[in-house]
Amino acid sequence: MKKRSIQNSISKIIPMPLAFSPLWPFIPICNLRDFSLLLNKGRSPNTQIQGEGSLLSYKTKDNIIKYLFFLCALVSVLVLGLIVYFLFIEGVPIFKVVSFKDFLFGKYWYPTSDPPSFGILPLFLGSIYVTGLSSVFSIPLGVLTAIYLAEIANPKTRSIIKPIIELLAALPSVVIGFFGMVVVAPFLQKYLDLDTGLNMFNAALMLAFMSIPTICSISEDAIYSVPRELKEGSLALGATHLQTIIRVILPASISGISTGVILGMSRAIGETMVVLMVAGGAAMIPESIFDPVRPMPASIAAEMGEAPYHSEHYFALFAIGIVLFFLTLIFNLIADHISHKYKQVGASTL
Amino acid sequence: MEHKKKIQVKDLDFFYGENQVLYNINLDIPEKKVTALIGPSGCGKSTFLRCLNRMNDLIPGIKVRGKIILDGQDIYDTGVDVVKLRSKVGMVFQKPNPFPKSIFENVAYGFRIKGIKDKDFIDERVKTSLRMAGLWEEVHDRLSSSALGLSGGQQQRLCIARAVAVEPEVLLMDEPASALDPIATKKIEELIYELKKEFTIVIVTHNMQQAARVADYTAFFLMGKLIEFDKTENIFTSPRKKETEDYITGRFG
Ligand SMILES: Nc1ncnc2c1ncn2[C@@H]1O[C@H](COP(=O)(O)OP(=O)(O)OP(=O)(O)O)[C@@H](O)[C@H]1O
Ligand SMILES: [Mg+2]
Repeated sequence: MKKRSIQNSISKIIPMPLAFSPLWPFIPICNLRDFSLLLNKGRSPNTQIQGEGSLLSYKTKDNIIKYLFFLCALVSVLVLGLIVYFLFIEGVPIFKVVSFKDFLFGKYWYPTSDPPSFGILPLFLGSIYVTGLSSVFSIPLGVLTAIYLAEIANPKTRSIIKPIIELLAALPSVVIGFFGMVVVAPFLQKYLDLDTGLNMFNAALMLAFMSIPTICSISEDAIYSVPRELKEGSLALGATHLQTIIRVILPASISGISTGVILGMSRAIGETMVVLMVAGGAAMIPESIFDPVRPMPASIAAEMGEAPYHSEHYFALFAIGIVLFFLTLIFNLIADHISHKYKQVGASTL
Repeated sequence: MEHKKKIQVKDLDFFYGENQVLYNINLDIPEKKVTALIGPSGCGKSTFLRCLNRMNDLIPGIKVRGKIILDGQDIYDTGVDVVKLRSKVGMVFQKPNPFPKSIFENVAYGFRIKGIKDKDFIDERVKTSLRMAGLWEEVHDRLSSSALGLSGGQQQRLCIARAVAVEPEVLLMDEPASALDPIATKKIEELIYELKKEFTIVIVTHNMQQAARVADYTAFFLMGKLIEFDKTENIFTSPRKKETEDYITGRFG
């Protein structure tokens, strides 16, 4: 489950390799033991040790296996490379029509009017605001839940709550979007007296639901794997449980927690279906959290169908894809950087 | 026993789940003396030691029967403040466990959690504690660097400094020298000798010579039972039980 949720968020930048799994045909071959058995078929163990009479020398076999693994790894890299390549081929031509600056900072997104206007600032800010607002909900909820599960809950409660939270990660985003649309939106509209319940607030809430499992499960893992000895060391000095959590356990797991938070946010920023369904879809710079917005993924998904092939609009949508790609890339690089930077140096045990 | 009793252990049974590892332990730990716990691996020394500051409470499914009376109060009574108990009964663990903080902050930790703000006082205590643990010379110029960059032996002495900094009344040490070289071990033994002027010390050790050198009293455990408890010289020169003699002579060759 844990791996899954990391993959989910990573697959926002590399959607193809995991979804299409070009690795499948290789996996059976990659089983190292079976493979070397295959090569040694019919040879007695004795001759293997001497290295004579074996079909191939161990060195050659090692190399073959090494290259096979390398090839498997290469497939993913290649696919990613191809996707990025096409993203650029299809996106860059828009910059013949608008300058990069006007594209990024233009306030008006009217791709179909005459003359068209390709300013993605409203979409870009839509993405940033929605993600920012959703992390206001998801970070405290996710991290506090993680602390509760790893430190406070008794094993039984933990064994019940943890799978439920991870099940949340397994919910298809369209289901979450649907929930936002038919349950949350009318509720917001009625009780907050809004024009529409499909707005930034609603989208942020739904995105928070989607990133909480990632944040919670990665953080919980980090907190849970803080060595028991550290905790005991703190308690033995007369610290309370709460002091131990705040002063020892959280600092010791901060890299894992930050990684979880950032992966959770990058999951939110790339999420398409939910924002398409509940964000309201207005390509305007929002003025309040209850304004409808149109984040970048939603624009691409909504407009791609109607944009004629190789039209300016089409190129512009791909260029939004490039921006989105770099945004999630930055998030993932930050996560990577943090998890390396705060890695414990030196073993605390012998 | 002619000394004042700091801790009285009465009919102590201990279980990990269904698995009983301590059987009916009766033992009086004298004040301001060093008491050594010896015995073969797995006989329950660490478990016993961890009963004395209720560190075993953290392990799910344990069961304790009997009494451990510290200064007239049963520490397993309901209503005992475990946090207070542990600031009174400090502990140094078998494996060094410094916090992922600076060297200074590791030693200052005990004051930070008590909310002590007096910087001069903390500086002074950190310095003396590191001196006592024989670590000051090695680390005084890098107090703000991470404790995890220290060697294993240095980490262990840091943990000792951390424990003595808060001046507990009783100090439990679980094989504190098992990771140290002879020189560092000697420093620790000297430290123990110093500390017993003020603190009551209970130390687990596998090293017979060490027990003979540092301990005033020695308790011999075997398979969860206390076989013999006496003055160290008696245990080592004229043990009353055959098991004790076998163990000690076996060790000496
Ligand atoms: N957390 C635990 N859960 C279950 N059983 C445990 C636990 N800790 C220790 N035991 C068992 O209790 C018995 C006593 O262990 P203990 O650690 O007290 O031995 P010890 O005398 O300290 O040994 P050593 O000298 O190797 O440190 C052993 O049989 C051990 O397997
Ligand atoms: Mg032990």
